[in-house]
Amino acid sequence: MKFTPQDFKSDQEVKWCPGCGDHAVLAAVQRALPEISEALGYSHERYVFVSGIGCSSRFPYYMKTYGFHSIHGRAAAIATGIKVANPTLSVWEMTGDGDSLAIGGNHLIHAIRRNIDINIVLFNNRIYGLTKGQYSPTSKWGTVTKTSPFGTVEHPFNPGALAMGARGTFFARTLDVELQLTQEVMVQAAKHDGTALVEVLQNCVIFNDKTHYIISDRDVRADRTIVLRHGEPMIFGKNKDKGLILDGVRLKAVTIGENGITRDDILIHNAEEQNHGIHMMLCEMEWPELPVALGVIRRVKDRTYDDMVRDQVTEVATKSNIHCMNDMLRSGDTWVVE
Amino acid sequence: MPHNVIDVQDVVIRFTGDSGDGMQLTGSLFANTAAFFGNDITTFPDFPAEIRAPQGTVSGVSGFQVHIGSSAIYTPGDYCDVLVAMNPAALKSNVKWLKPNATIIVDIDTFDKKGMEKAGFTTENAFAELNISDRNIIAPPITTLTKESCSICGIDPKSGVRCKNMFALGVCYFLYNMPLKHTEEFIRKKFAKNPSLVEMNIRVLKDGFNYAGNIQAIADTYIVKPSKQKPGIYRNINGNKAIAWGLMAASEKSGRPLFCGSYPITPATGILEELAIHKALGVKTLQCEDEIAGICTAIGASYAGSLAVTSTSGPGLSLKSEALGLAVMAELPLVIIDVQRAGPSTGIPTKTEQTDLNQALYGRNGECPIAIIAPHSPSHCFEASFYAAKYALEHLMPVIILSEGFLGNGSEPWRIPDMNDFPGIEPPIVQKLEEGEPYFYPFKRDPETMVPRWALPGTPNLEHRVGGLEKNHKGAVSSDPLVHQQMVNERAEKVARLARIIPPQTVVGEQEGDLLIVSWGGTYGHMLSAENQLRSDGIKVGLAHFDFINPLPLNTEEIFGRFQKIIVFELNSGHFANYLRAKLPQFTYLQYNKVQGQPFIVAEITEAINKIVK
Repeated sequence: MKFTPQDFKSDQEVKWCPGCGDHAVLAAVQRALPEISEALGYSHERYVFVSGIGCSSRFPYYMKTYGFHSIHGRAAAIATGIKVANPTLSVWEMTGDGDSLAIGGNHLIHAIRRNIDINIVLFNNRIYGLTKGQYSPTSKWGTVTKTSPFGTVEHPFNPGALAMGARGTFFARTLDVELQLTQEVMVQAAKHDGTALVEVLQNCVIFNDKTHYIISDRDVRADRTIVLRHGEPMIFGKNKDKGLILDGVRLKAVTIGENGITRDDILIHNAEEQNHGIHMMLCEMEWPELPVALGVIRRVKDRTYDDMVRDQVTEVATKSNIHCMNDMLRSGDTWVVE
Repeated sequence: MPHNVIDVQDVVIRFTGDSGDGMQLTGSLFANTAAFFGNDITTFPDFPAEIRAPQGTVSGVSGFQVHIGSSAIYTPGDYCDVLVAMNPAALKSNVKWLKPNATIIVDIDTFDKKGMEKAGFTTENAFAELNISDRNIIAPPITTLTKESCSICGIDPKSGVRCKNMFALGVCYFLYNMPLKHTEEFIRKKFAKNPSLVEMNIRVLKDGFNYAGNIQAIADTYIVKPSKQKPGIYRNINGNKAIAWGLMAASEKSGRPLFCGSYPITPATGILEELAIHKALGVKTLQCEDEIAGICTAIGASYAGSLAVTSTSGPGLSLKSEALGLAVMAELPLVIIDVQRAGPSTGIPTKTEQTDLNQALYGRNGECPIAIIAPHSPSHCFEASFYAAKYALEHLMPVIILSEGFLGNGSEPWRIPDMNDFPGIEPPIVQKLEEGEPYFYPFKRDPETMVPRWALPGTPNLEHRVGGLEKNHKGAVSSDPLVHQQMVNERAEKVARLARIIPPQTVVGEQEGDLLIVSWGGTYGHMLSAENQLRSDGIKVGLAHFDFINPLPLNTEEIFGRFQKIIVFELNSGHFANYLRAKLPQFTYLQYNKVQGQPFIVAEITEAINKIVK
């Protein structure tokens, strides 16, 4: 059965602020689902959207799918339970930087570590929006907010680096304003068997406006970001003349044609490399030293948690002589009173 | 030496030693032998939180008490007839549990200068210092004798000496004319891969048995005749295992796969461990990153259609509070097991208490009532968890099982039930929309029970959203004051109406009169023994022991009205008494409370009642 984005739109009024980056993510996901359904043969009722607390966590209400708007930080744990209980479901966790990197940090890293087959979409606006403007674990050093009137004195998390550290099998990054790219990485995430973490650099128009503007501004975006595609050279720039090379143990941005650099010197992106060393470096690239990496940075095959749980149950059950409770109650050390 | 064999009704044996001395195993083996022989038994492990506390010190003493009888046994016994003390510290810390005519078995090798000092003795004679020289003391050099057996079996004495507990067990078997064969079978199975260890353990066991027969110290031995038990197949079971099995039974009856999300915590870990074994019956267990993930994965599994459970103890229940509220709000079935321990905070992890009742009743934000069931004995944990799961699944709500460390680790013989005798479990799962329903209304209720319907993800056309925000019947988020009031009322009513289904409260002993004793949970055995004792002393009281805490059985008020006075016994500062004051304020409640991390002793209960009666 073929679906259209309309099939995934609920009748609920979307209550995000006008200009919020979340609208674009919603649109991209609603566009991605028909494509995913077709590619993977998923029926409409198989989708479950789970969220925690925060602006982005309103997401499930706007989807005409099964949805669970849970409590702060716990969406990854709830999504894990859903997927383990019923591995045939397509489980999506919609979360923010406060929800999944502060209060829910523990669940996030453990979901990734287990490689449970869920898709986690992390809306990163580097601020607490729903509580009206406090700094988050991804706020840049020195960010002035209501709870940091003199600037933060905390190192921010890099979600990609965190995913690599937890031995993640899939990490992608996109920009809210890049609707097409967002849709593309959502499809990639859905196709991946294992925990797929998608970071969306998203704008909070009210409390942290233009936080990603330095790279997302249409005029400079092509020069300050790089869209990575597996098997393709790491080339970027308005004129497609810039690229990345390895300089010693670091990545370096170069211009093709300058200092004897040719296209052949440019690194080819290998998202499927098991060793995450280069992926980690790509995740950590920051403007102005380097372009910010977008697209699927890492996508490697590994066994998923939900499959292993199911297989172990099946394996043990086939070997066992105990098939029902009456068998079990009478197994082991028992005695008869006449 | 020929000796007399004397019949005794019941006997209490307390095995004590260093926490590495294998006293839990020794006690369990003795209990199993007695159970196979046909005695009724109750056991009580009493151990320190440290896995290996400093050797030889009082803080490292581990104990296991076994009460066996030729008639029904309800408690592990207050005081012991036999104390096995594998070192001076064990003797010192357990001397308070000796009956006046008790027999004491010690390993005299450990009563050297070093051992005495470690245990804090100030003289050279432990028995004189403790004022127990006149007791029947059996003091073989167990360490030396065990080491001698090592050379015969070709085992390094350093590792071989670890089976010296078998020597003490052998002495006990001789004292009570019990066969060695069950223990021998156990040893053969346990060390099947190491024949020399089998030989060693059995040899030491027999050495103990024969030593007791050869020495002149034992004039009389005893026999506890088999009790008259109802015919059937029996097994020993502890409370944690029984809870796990009850949940598995409910899973089978309901057709809902069992999912347990949990985190290790004393004294509840046994439930997760037990469930993890039984994958053959389709059980999925997830040892989570923390307590919160334990309940949240369970909530997720419940949403997806499982019989979802999470097991914990008091500190873990605190961590799960917010998520419990979510389960109430989303109206999902969930079983939460709290095996209570001494608190607050970390408290005394291995000691038993009933101090989480207030937390279970009230420990959440908002108007958040939850059904509470309290099992009353290790084997009753099976039934309690079966029904907790049944009510959770059929009423789409969380149910808390308030167990206790005393029940979780305590064991008793259990007449194995037939699953055909248990009722069915029918969760209100729906497959399609009702006539005229444009889309699924997740909180449309059955007007009789107030229970909504359960639509599982994956079911076509029933897509809907649940969550922590207040919603109307159609599932739309609502902050309408009247909608909120109505939904609060309906969720409370759903729990309250469970009272129409649970069995009525019963009273043991007098059905009306001067004094009603009220208790709940794991104190049952002690309360029942006290009631029996009082009756044989000619004091007539009624005992109402509650398994259902919230809601209370419908006839509670009527029962209370038949008595002049009511006294509530509980192992906390008065949680149930205060709850009753709030629920049934027309009655006056006397209290007897103990918060020492220890179960009641029967004598203190009868004494307290005697004071009121006189």
